[in-house]
Amino acid sequence: MRKEGLIRVFSRIPLHTVIILFALIWLLPSIGVLVTSFRYPHSVATTGWWTIFKNPFNNAQYTLENYIAVITRCGIGRAFLNSFIITMPATALPVIIAAFAAYAFAWMRFPGRQTLFVILVGLLVVPLQMTLIPILRVFNRLGLSGTFPGIWLAHTGYGLPLAIYLLHNSVAGLPRELFDSAEIDGASPSYIFFRLVLPLCIPAIASLAIFQFLWVWNDLLVALVYLGGTPEVAPVTVQVSSLVGSYGQDWQLLTAAVFISIIPPLIIFFSLQRYFVRGILAGSIKG
Amino acid sequence: MHTKQSTPWLYLGPGLAILTFFLIYPSINTIYLSFFGRNSENFVGTSNYIYAFTNRTMLTALRNNILWVVVFTPLTVFLGLILAVMLDRVEYETTVKFIIFMPMAISFVGASVIWKFVYAYRPALASQIGLLNALRGILHLSPTPWLIKRPWINNFCLIAVGVWVWTGFCMVILSASYKGLPRQLLEAARIDGATEWGIFWKIILPLMMPTVTVLITTQVINVLKVFDIVYVMTNGNFGTEVIANRMYKEMFNFRNFGRASAIAVILLLLILPMLLVNLRRFRKQGAR
Repeated sequence: MRKEGLIRVFSRIPLHTVIILFALIWLLPSIGVLVTSFRYPHSVATTGWWTIFKNPFNNAQYTLENYIAVITRCGIGRAFLNSFIITMPATALPVIIAAFAAYAFAWMRFPGRQTLFVILVGLLVVPLQMTLIPILRVFNRLGLSGTFPGIWLAHTGYGLPLAIYLLHNSVAGLPRELFDSAEIDGASPSYIFFRLVLPLCIPAIASLAIFQFLWVWNDLLVALVYLGGTPEVAPVTVQVSSLVGSYGQDWQLLTAAVFISIIPPLIIFFSLQRYFVRGILAGSIKG
Repeated sequence: MHTKQSTPWLYLGPGLAILTFFLIYPSINTIYLSFFGRNSENFVGTSNYIYAFTNRTMLTALRNNILWVVVFTPLTVFLGLILAVMLDRVEYETTVKFIIFMPMAISFVGASVIWKFVYAYRPALASQIGLLNALRGILHLSPTPWLIKRPWINNFCLIAVGVWVWTGFCMVILSASYKGLPRQLLEAARIDGATEWGIFWKIILPLMMPTVTVLITTQVINVLKVFDIVYVMTNGNFGTEVIANRMYKEMFNFRNFGRASAIAVILLLLILPMLLVNLRRFRKQGAR
């Protein structure tokens, strides 16, 4: 029995080795960035980040100076704030608008319903490159380019097809008897929507909100096009990518900036994993 | 339901208005603009399209997009699949899944900087601070400027970043599907003396084919639109250009809206077959 157990352990060594190798490849690049962001500029420039492991508990080799530098001098503080200003409404607006539309698609009868829904599914895969030039022109005419309301609206437009599609799936999944009995009791559509549909779809709404939050927070293209490079409105992704151009060799600054920019997504990832995975999986059909 | 005729439109109104203004109208307008000159004033026929298929950088971009599709797509799906199957057999499955899935949470901009640091290059004799060139040093190889080594090395280095981000996504989806397979079937094959490798190819893979197909179409759509990674890491220099980055450059650096529109339409046409797959899937679901 003991011998068999040993054979089992040994025969599984290749499996464990391959898995641990994968884990290392996926982990090491991020660890390098994290370590580098706390090191002094001269040591970053002359030695590899892994040299700290010779003496990992020597606190003299760590500093917060890079974080202070990027927040104050490189505009990352401002950009971080901008990212929040952009992301909050750009998450809430499409989710709310989509909830109304999803309810109508799922439980109301009206002419053209089927056709409209097919168009919606088609819109899921339209690359947003198809929309940039005409919208930018309209925005320029209306004075919306380079402003927060402009990008709120743009993200709402880009997020809506998926948002309606996903919420439709869960609203349509509610039991028919629920609606029948509510109707017999004389409930109005708005009562049904606010008192039944919304509360019952909270998990789906949460997953969708997380997905949309990450999509907007991590977006580069939409921000580049409608906000331009103006530091007053640029989100953290745009700011980091412009630092790559101007501070390309100052790795201690780039790594600190990147680490700040990924804190909110990481917090969501660690704390709301269940909804996060659901959101990502549900969003997978968004092309 | 006995609702007033106008009620559905009250609920749909805001959504339809925004979809019309931000997706339907501009898409039609972009197709129209693609037949006009740089300022959209003169009709130029198909010359923007002829440009897109003859200009050298555009041809590089098209080639690279094909390269991304044929390397990135199978690689993410395959790695996701073997990870899903392997991790099912170990006790620390959740931890490793967590690690592999984490890059999905962060931006492509963040992932690009993280990897740019891995690829960092110093001339020989200087001490290497990039992980890959330091590893080459251990093997007594001279350092390589990964991101400017054309035509293949640098493109593969960019694709690797995409793979690092998206493998976790494939893994999670395929793992869910794998755990839904009938366990008795796999056990029976094992008792009959089938090898793990044989089971993988003859039983697991065929059963998971529907999920794999869906994943492949999703990944093709994702990869055709690749922009951020290329924009941040090389900005399309050194022969790494891709369609989406080229469209951005035509639009902002060269201010040629006609050409930019034509490139966007080409991108749409490449994605269109995937739309048909999506629509067919939707019709099947709708039939229930």
